[in-house]
Amino acid sequence: MSRIGVFICQCGTNIADTVDTEKVAEEMKKIPGVVHTQDYKFMCSSPGQKMLKEAVKKHRLDGMIVSACSPHMHEKTFRRACESAGINPYMCEIANIREQCSWVHHDKTKETGTVKSLDLTRMTIERLKKNQPLKPNKIPVNKRALIIGGGIAGIQAALDIADGGREVLLVEKTPSIGGNMAKLSETFPTMDCSQCILTPKMVEAELHENITLMTYSEVEKIEGFIGNFRVTIRKKARYVNEELCTGCGDCWDKCPFKQDSEFEHGLKKRKVIYTPFPQSVPNIPVIDAPNCAMLQKGKCGVCAKVCGPKAVDFEQKDIVVEEKVGAIVVATGYDLMPNEHFGEYGYGRIKDVINGLQFERLASSSGPTGGKILRPSDGKEPQSIVFIQCAGSRDEKKGVSYCSKICCMYTAKHTMLYRHKVHDGQSYVFYMDIRSGGKRYEEFVRGAIEKDGAMYLRGRVSRVYEKDGKVIVQGADTLSDSQVEIEADMVVLATALVSRPGADTLAQKLGIGYDKHKFYNEYHPKLKPVETVTAGIFLAGTCLGPMDVPESVAQGSAAASKVLVLTSSDEMIKDPTTAIVNDFTCNACWDCVVACPYSAIEKTDIKDREGNVIRRLAHVNDGVCTGCGTCVAACRSKAIDLKGYTDEQVYAAINAF
Amino acid sequence: MLKIPYYPGCTLSTVAKEFDTSAKDSAIKMGFEIEDLPQWNCCGATFPLTPDNIMGLTAPAKVLAGAEKAGDTLTTLCSVCYNVLKRTNRVLKDDKEKLSTVNEFMEEEYAGGVEVTHYLEVLRDQIGFTKVTEAVSRPLKGVKTAAYYGCMLLRPFEDMGIDRAEAPTIMEDLLKALGATPVFFPDRVECCGAHLAMDKPDIVSKLSGNVIDSAAREGAEIIVTSCPLCQYNLENTQAESGSALPIVYFTQILGLALGQDEKTLGFEKNKFSPLALLRYKELL
Repeated sequence: MSRIGVFICQCGTNIADTVDTEKVAEEMKKIPGVVHTQDYKFMCSSPGQKMLKEAVKKHRLDGMIVSACSPHMHEKTFRRACESAGINPYMCEIANIREQCSWVHHDKTKETGTVKSLDLTRMTIERLKKNQPLKPNKIPVNKRALIIGGGIAGIQAALDIADGGREVLLVEKTPSIGGNMAKLSETFPTMDCSQCILTPKMVEAELHENITLMTYSEVEKIEGFIGNFRVTIRKKARYVNEELCTGCGDCWDKCPFKQDSEFEHGLKKRKVIYTPFPQSVPNIPVIDAPNCAMLQKGKCGVCAKVCGPKAVDFEQKDIVVEEKVGAIVVATGYDLMPNEHFGEYGYGRIKDVINGLQFERLASSSGPTGGKILRPSDGKEPQSIVFIQCAGSRDEKKGVSYCSKICCMYTAKHTMLYRHKVHDGQSYVFYMDIRSGGKRYEEFVRGAIEKDGAMYLRGRVSRVYEKDGKVIVQGADTLSDSQVEIEADMVVLATALVSRPGADTLAQKLGIGYDKHKFYNEYHPKLKPVETVTAGIFLAGTCLGPMDVPESVAQGSAAASKVLVLTSSDEMIKDPTTAIVNDFTCNACWDCVVACPYSAIEKTDIKDREGNVIRRLAHVNDGVCTGCGTCVAACRSKAIDLKGYTDEQVYAAINAF
Repeated sequence: MLKIPYYPGCTLSTVAKEFDTSAKDSAIKMGFEIEDLPQWNCCGATFPLTPDNIMGLTAPAKVLAGAEKAGDTLTTLCSVCYNVLKRTNRVLKDDKEKLSTVNEFMEEEYAGGVEVTHYLEVLRDQIGFTKVTEAVSRPLKGVKTAAYYGCMLLRPFEDMGIDRAEAPTIMEDLLKALGATPVFFPDRVECCGAHLAMDKPDIVSKLSGNVIDSAAREGAEIIVTSCPLCQYNLENTQAESGSALPIVYFTQILGLALGQDEKTLGFEKNKFSPLALLRYKELL
């Protein structure tokens, strides 16, 4: 027979006003198995808890009911008190007689509230009789972290984690880290040169003793769970030995073949053996295999001939490595919407219609024009530029429904850069709304309009076409209610930010959620902004949605702090209220495997002595299971139970009603 | 021979007869036949833009019901007929309630089993432009031809789906197949002014004038179109302005390339005939 103690809290007058706590205590004494009952003004207070502990000792209690407020409030408090008094904390249960009883009943005769409190407490007592002591799960934690994506968010996360004393593996798909930020000329609102503030961080990441860079590499597979991930990474063949290469540049100087530069967004050519940009980290070239004459046809090999340290290696193959990490930060960034969405703006057809990142390259001192604003078609300095905002954004019909958030600011920046470089140039901006929320952002836009003479026209552009070497922009100015036609030399589209191609497949590999735009889902949009539903995987930067540099950096640091918390101890303590499969009744239908939102259920084999598989069973990984109970509901043979919330416990409670 | 049910429409039976006959003769040269529906009525000429204007759907629905007896596809030439029939068809296919209401107004029953295609789509998707090239006996080498799409053939894009609304190529691809040099000009998908010719002719002069100027600026020697109203507006505007670009139906040019006798192609009805130009280029 169990020895249960029942404690009824008066919560000042919160409960006692509508519940006769003394009577509840009185009545509960009559239930078999209850050896001690008591009511008190504030159970959660220090004297209250002291009283609990003393009662445990005095009456040799092995279980405890506290009829008080919601378990969200003080379950932890009372369970801790239990533990220090020597009984398993999971043998303490809370009957909620405040939020679910006294607060919702106004019967001052206390009759209604008392009857209901009696029911609730009695049910919980019967439930407690079926409780089993539970032990918290301890999971070993690998202290290394993996960062996917070497843009500013990934770099920031890597540096912070590394500075916190943990090892970091930074995996980047392209030949260099730096991401989209490396392409920018200046950054709003302070107009500091993007590369000047980014490259020191890139170099720091390269030299940091705790950071291992894996550029030109892609994550292929992720297995395991929080604290214990196994990641398969494909290191693509660079055809250049990283140990030997000095980054001298002789190879790309002499390479006779050219391709459009991805980094320059087609505004410039690069060689077939190349680094994306002069400040690349690492400063080691790669060979663009599909376009290399030597690799495709066996002819050429000039780069190998001129290479002093003999680093070019045409025999190099992809290497697949498996790495073990405890936490993952996903920072894969964004792309611009592809040009086929902008038929009416002539983007992709008219050479002098470019996108925002192309304009950044034109304005960048390390860009294709050395920082001069020149038209791509004839290399002349444009005397007027039309900027079209919301190209694809806020346009459910033709583009995406969301606001790309950064375009208002960077367009204002573009008009400034243009005026600073071409003093008599006139810029026109077609906008829907100017969204400049942010510290010093509105002042920045006002500066573009008032100091640098940008002409802002509220309205949409209907079409862009070429005429006599000019780009004609037709649009509406809704403030003056007129149609306008501007003969411009160049048009810059503030194209929508979209998720990376393949963002969905990576999310599926990671087991994290994404929205209809393939941006990744945070666990909670307000309170868990960098966590995902999969424990141990964190997010940072524009893979979540459009955001600017300061926000990406903040998220990189936020994700890093989460990783540091996770890796702060050797073991992670997890709540033991996880699902458990009854091996005898599981019929391996795998409904639970499909239902589990956290991929916590594995298919396991039961083998005989000869090693033949005789049965297959579902097995719950305690490290991943959050105890949500979805599998319990899905299991058709009722083979899954949730520890602490077993069917037996729930039925016992119902039967006591 | 492949026979495709065909809806001529009112204009092609009267003022734009040359559009109809040149298309029919060309089809035979390419190895298929377009066959008039045995009975048909006006398509209504405008697609009703109010969702609850069911009456506006009955005329085109009647055409579709007739087409259903003839087969599962219906081809047409006039951009306006194509637009009205295709959009009506889509509404009736998507909205079963509307379909049954419309059916209650008609003697015949339309089940929603017809696919409306433009003659250009037949050439592209069923015959294939390479087959068209094979049938060409008089390649229009060096003729700078501008394809003018207007509005009705392409828009609304989701409903029509014949080509990309802002940057179509179907007519230019056909012109290439005929050996001509297509001229891509900025105004090829702009509006000609359409029915405003009735009460606001100055707007039509401006819009149609823009189209002609834009084509001329890019060096066009002939403009082809698939819409009788566009053809009418462009020709009339040009008659006022004094330039003399031939503005013809694409099927007339198609017929020429396929070796039809130029006398049967109805160029005498055009205010500006391309025959002089073609003779000058020694293509005739």
